[in-house]
Amino acid sequence: MSTTPAAPLIRARELTKRFGDFTAVDAVEFDVQPGEAFGFLGPNGAGKTSTMRMIGCVSPVTAGTLEVLGMDPRTDGSAIRRRLGVVPQADTLDMELTVMENLIIYGRYFDLSYRECRTRAQELIDFVQLTEKVDSQVEPLSGGMKRRLTIARSLMNEPEMILLDEPTTGLDPQARHLVWERLYQLKKQGVTLILTTHYMDEAEQLCDRLVVMDKAQIVAEGTPRELIERYSSREVLELRFEDLVTPRLDGKDGGLIERSEQLPDRILLYTDHGEELGETLYAEGVRPVTSLVRRSSLEDVFLRLTGRRLVE
Amino acid sequence: MSGRATLRSILRVVEHHAFVYRRTWHGSVFSTFLNPVLYLAALGVGLGAFVDQSNPAGIEGVTYAMFLAPGILVASAMNTATFESTYPVMAGIRWLKTYVGMILSPLNARHVATGQLLWAGVRVALGGVIFLAVMIAFGATGISQALLMLPVAILTGLAFAAPIQAFAAAQTNDAPFASLFRFVIMPMFIFSGTFFPISQLPDLLQLVAVATPLWHAVSLSRGIALGMLDPAVAVINLTYLSAMVVVGLLWSYRTFDRKLTE
Repeated sequence: MSTTPAAPLIRARELTKRFGDFTAVDAVEFDVQPGEAFGFLGPNGAGKTSTMRMIGCVSPVTAGTLEVLGMDPRTDGSAIRRRLGVVPQADTLDMELTVMENLIIYGRYFDLSYRECRTRAQELIDFVQLTEKVDSQVEPLSGGMKRRLTIARSLMNEPEMILLDEPTTGLDPQARHLVWERLYQLKKQGVTLILTTHYMDEAEQLCDRLVVMDKAQIVAEGTPRELIERYSSREVLELRFEDLVTPRLDGKDGGLIERSEQLPDRILLYTDHGEELGETLYAEGVRPVTSLVRRSSLEDVFLRLTGRRLVE
Repeated sequence: MSGRATLRSILRVVEHHAFVYRRTWHGSVFSTFLNPVLYLAALGVGLGAFVDQSNPAGIEGVTYAMFLAPGILVASAMNTATFESTYPVMAGIRWLKTYVGMILSPLNARHVATGQLLWAGVRVALGGVIFLAVMIAFGATGISQALLMLPVAILTGLAFAAPIQAFAAAQTNDAPFASLFRFVIMPMFIFSGTFFPISQLPDLLQLVAVATPLWHAVSLSRGIALGMLDPAVAVINLTYLSAMVVVGLLWSYRTFDRKLTE
């Protein structure tokens, strides 16, 4: 924390979005500071995309206040968007155009000259590692390549802040890691990242700070580590039993279990000493089919806060 | 946003369409450029020979080809404009979401709607220039008349494109477009005076024909081509078509805004 905090890039107070009777975002409050990677973590339908669309000035605010880059999306939408990069949930590329042409025409929307567009486009195509595809049509590219092209497109106007709505949903693990790595590079360059995700590993990898959203509200806020410390134990012992029937564990744990969650296929035992708990239970005659000790994750935080899992 | 910035944003949208057209123009060569010429050749020259034989005085004093050509000009403008304002709008909003991508930039939904309309005008103008050149080559009209008929063709295109793009943006799938072509555009094409004077129709249908926008377009186009424009009627024709552009564009602001920025 610096002693003279810079003005936040985004400031939301009682920010609300309603569609008719349905409240998609219910009086949420958050600030995003320059240079940070800020995440909205939550399951589908939690209100993440609606919040992002309001920040991106493509969806009007129903109630509350929202400031983006010190401006009001109600009146300065166009000026705000000029300084933002946006990666929407669904790719919106021009399928008939080539990789290069997609970036050039997008740069034109920001009033860049053709020469500038071409130079930046080539740099960004190299940056997202599509150099060999520069003159390919977009249509036949893989999902991961399209996603990287959309990220390159969002950078054409050299934005101070990029909004990424589920940047890696639907990608295979290798493609996801490539996207994460590129986003990490951007973060190192000082670009502010704001992203939504329902993957806890994505949130843990990329976010300096995040809010957990559920049912249109923010239910917790902090760094990934803070959230885990606050809402979960150090470790988790996962046990699976034959026929998925969990025996009674009361009195057999030596007081090591802080909390437990029964899932359809296994039980999660929250504890600070996973190995020791496993041994204690074994000594008491508990015989699981499989047993795994792992560190607590944001998934556990979410489970604790909402009683549900992130990805059903 | 200043007027100049707004205009620049609208032109960016037109630029986008031109950029894509550069890649895809061959797909629509037939419908935009060849179809109208084929109509003129088959009906004007082929069928026209019979019509002119049995009608030595001509229709409205001219050969059938000369009567028909100005009608085909604006009817083609209607067809091109209708096509340009239906499927591409559905693609921009729902299928490929290119419009959704545009409004992530400084452009907004109204720039997209206005640019889309202007682009339909450009497409109509391209087809119109080719067709008028053919007309001049056939001796069906003179250059000075052609220079007046081109803006009429463009106005006709805009008059159809504006309300149709508004309608198209509000749809959730493309099924209504087939009905639009079948039950609105096609009957208008046939019965609004393109192929024969509407005085041939029963009285009641004549009233219906006069109420259609295509009749007003044909009236203007043919009036110029045959040098028999009635200024009073022309003012009504122009007012009717211009009103469709304005009302249609305002309506498309509503539907584009709602679909793109809900």
